[in-house]
This record gives sequence, structure tokens and C-alpha cells, in this order.
Amino acid sequence: MTRAGWCCTMDDFMSTIDPANVMAEPWDSGGAPAASRVLPQRAPAPIVPRGSIAGRSLTALVAILTFLAALTTGAAMMLVRSASDWESAVGREVTIQVRPTPGRDIDADVSAAAAVARAAAGVADVRVYSKQESESLVEPWLGSGLALGELPIPRMIVVKLASGISPDFARLRTALGAQVPSASLDDHRGWIDRMRAMADAAVVIGIGILVLVVAVTVLSVTFATRGAMATNRPIVEVLHYVGATDSFIARQFQRHFLMLGLRGGAIGGGAALALFAIMAAVNAWIAGTPAGEEAAALFGGLTVGAAGYFAILALIVMMAAVAAFTSRQTVNRTLESIE
Amino acid sequence: MIRFENVGLRYGLGPEVLRDLSFDIGGRSFQFLTGPSGAGKTSLLRLLFLSLKPTRGLISMFNQDTARLAKDGRATLRRRIGLVFQDFRLLDHLTTYENVALPLRVLGKEEASYRAEVVELLQWVGLGERMSSLPPVLSGGEKQRAAIARAVITRPQLLLADEPTGNVDPNLAQRLLRLFIELNKSGTSVVIATHDIALMDEYDARRLVLHDGRLHVYD
Repeated sequence: MTRAGWCCTMDDFMSTIDPANVMAEPWDSGGAPAASRVLPQRAPAPIVPRGSIAGRSLTALVAILTFLAALTTGAAMMLVRSASDWESAVGREVTIQVRPTPGRDIDADVSAAAAVARAAAGVADVRVYSKQESESLVEPWLGSGLALGELPIPRMIVVKLASGISPDFARLRTALGAQVPSASLDDHRGWIDRMRAMADAAVVIGIGILVLVVAVTVLSVTFATRGAMATNRPIVEVLHYVGATDSFIARQFQRHFLMLGLRGGAIGGGAALALFAIMAAVNAWIAGTPAGEEAAALFGGLTVGAAGYFAILALIVMMAAVAAFTSRQTVNRTLESIE
Repeated sequence: MIRFENVGLRYGLGPEVLRDLSFDIGGRSFQFLTGPSGAGKTSLLRLLFLSLKPTRGLISMFNQDTARLAKDGRATLRRRIGLVFQDFRLLDHLTTYENVALPLRVLGKEEASYRAEVVELLQWVGLGERMSSLPPVLSGGEKQRAAIARAVITRPQLLLADEPTGNVDPNLAQRLLRLFIELNKSGTSVVIATHDIALMDEYDARRLVLHDGRLHVYD
């Protein structure tokens, strides 16, 4: 008897058949050499052939979509980072403006306002702009060489706040109003709110673009899976006949689309990562130069940071997962209609 | 093992193609299913293979009412049935070995665990030399033997063959019949759908004759 037992009933078989037709095995293979039993060692071919799925064009599509999504994510994160930097820089100081008022000594008002500010809790430093410094602030708008002394130019006091303590601005404002009626306190709340709104808008736009990218990916993979299912219908039928469950069949397609999504995502996401890395290198190279200062003022750090790189890597995984999940859902829906 | 009780089948709103079928298929039995073209042989095979649901009547397979089976339950039941098609239905991108091993892959078995058994079965059906060949380069007889090997690799309790000798010469048909007889002797119930009278005369077995949608059993 052989290991698998395929020849175990040979005696019975020979007794029921004409002896002239008796074979050494049910099928006379003409004395196959022992070497024929040696099968080349190789991994079994995929049940769904790779070539039957419109792979290359879909990979390119996923790569482009991932690249665009990664650029959007990176840009949004860069903006949010810069806004946060600007916000913390602006939020660490407040400004007191003392306007010249007829009948009052502005220098005395400035000193009084500075004293009120110094006395407030949470104030680290108070810097009073001199008359000349205040005049130089309006020079870019009015031009130089003018007798600015004749103009009622307000005086500025910059109050730097101590970190970790939030001053009571309402109380400071009341104290200032009581002692120096011509003084006003600007805590930059308007700027900060506008900055926050801009950063929030960038995040919303980024999420919107990501949703569109995912939608396009889902639609593309759905069409590609339907095409692959139609092409491989005979394979699906054979799999049913040999007892495959729908989930087994879906896995065969899902594996292809997972790899396809990973490949496309890696190409697109990799290109975006490389672009951001180049931007970070250029940023480091021009840092300290006037151009660098200009770029930093405009775009902030010009780097997406570790969180940005991580987000792009997560995006690659997400694109592959979306491709795999979509194909599985499409296959399951198609199989529902096949008995 | 399998029991049909007053089974009827119609496609859509058309007339009944199978009417009042009542019969049993016992364990280790051998039967020919025959009848003129269009008599409903393939429809009956599809009912036996759970790829069609009857419009009326009861089909019980392996002590289970097939009407109550969910889709995955039907798939599990199909693993106990081997199916051989007249047109082979081999997958052209897989080698003969991979085609025969397909049902075992579907069961989730590791290649190393079934390799020896598949090689042995291929030797047994005379395809030891063709294990690495792709179906397009096999002859008709070789394809049919590969299809039979694929149908029996999981040692099904029931083997259904739809015109298995329809595409081969009489000599090859006789040899394929011997293969089915041998499988039956190893414990598999066999149903061969054929209208080849000469083939049926080769072996004295039960005959299920379909005529005009009705079944006549000749034990």
C-alpha cells in the first residue's frame, strides 16, 4: 500500500476486469522513470493570475492619488505647524498703546501705563518704545524726512508675558483705563483667531481632498475588481466547484489589490516623502540667509516634521487598505449573484 | 447518502424540466445517469452538486436538508462531492500538479502536507510525467484524467461526472471507465452522466434514465 493509498484496491480492480487489460497501475504510463516523481520546488502560482488584473494603470493611478494626498497632508501640516508657531510667538506678548491727548503729558502717561503693566501678575518684561522708536514704526508708511514730531503718534509699550502664567487681561485693562484713560491694551486675540481660522480651514480643505482621493480610489478599485472578476469568472466558478467559500475567493482578489495598493501607495507616498525631505534639506541650507529668513517668515519651517512623515507613511498603508477592502467588498457583492 | 423526494425544477417561468424525481444514491454505489439530449441530465447533476435549487421537493444530502443550508454550508458540503466536467474546466495558468492540488489549497492546507499525495495520485492516473505541464499542452485524455484527479484528491464521498468520455476516443473512454470503477471500489459513490450506450454496456451498474423530465431507475 502506498502512503496515500491510491493503489490499495488494485487486487479487487484486477479481479473484475478482463485480465488482458490489467495494468500495473489503473493508468499505464508506460513505465515512467522514478525521476518523474521529482517535482520542481516552487511556490504554487497564484490562483488568480496577476496578469488578469489591470495592474499597471491602477498602480499608476493609486501612486498619483497618494502623491497628491501626501502633498495635501504635508502642506496642511506645515501650515498648522507654522500657524501654531506664529500663534505662540504672538500670544507671548501684548501691546499697550498710549495715544496723545490734549492737556495730558504723554511721557507721564506712558510711564504710568508701564508701571501698571509691570505690577500685573504674569508679566515677564515691559519694554517702552521711545518717541523716536514709535515714529520709526510709522516711517515705512509715511516716508522719512518728515517732521513727525508735529503728528499725534501714539506710543507703544510691549509687554512680554511670563510662560506658564496667564495674566488677567480684563483686570489689566481696567487698571490701565483708571490710571491712563488714553491707553488701550491689545492682546492680539483678533490676529490669533484669524490665524486659527486659517489653520482650521487648511485642515478642513486637506481632509476634503483626502476624502475625494479615497473616493476616487474606491471607485477605481471597484471598477478594476469588477473587470478582474469578469475576466476570471471561469476561475471563480471552478473555485466554487471545488468547495471554496466566498471569503476564500474574495481573499484571492483582495491579496492582489492589497499588493497593488501598497505598490502604488509606496511609489506616490515615497515621491512625496522625497520631495519633503529635499525641501527640508534646502530649508536647512538656506537657514540664516536673507532668502531663508524670507521663506521662514512666509512658510514657517518649510518642513513637515516627524509627524508629517509618519502621516504620509500612514497614508500609504491607508491607500493599500482601502484598495484591499474595496476589492473584497466588490468581490463579495459579485459573488452574491453567483451560485 | 443522497435522497430526492418529489423534486421538480423549472427555469424561470418556463415548463418543468425535471418532474417528480424520487430516488436515492447509496454509499459506495455506482450508477450511470443517461437519457436523450435535453432530457435534463446536466440539470439533475447541477441539483446534485448544489449549484441549482429545486423549485419543489426535498433534497437531502449527507443527512442535511439542502434547502436549509446557507451559502458557506453549501460550499462545505460540495467538498464532499467531486465534479468532473466534459470540458475539463482546468485552470490554464496552473500546472497539472497545481490544478489537482487546488481543492486542497481551498481547504487551506500547506503545500508540504499534500505534495506527496498529489504526486502519487498523478502517478496513479498516469500523469507523473506531466505534473509540471500547463493544461493547454495536454491531450484530451490527459486533461480528463487531470480533471478526474482534481475531483478525487480530497477523497469525496460522491463523484459526479458529466459526459466524462464525450471528448475522447472509445479506447480512452474504456480506460477512464476503469478509473471510475477503481475509485468506486475505493469507497466513492459514482454517478456518470452519459449517453454513450457502449460505455454503459462495459460495466453492469445501476442506470438512472431521464426521459421527458422524469426519472426511471433500473437497478
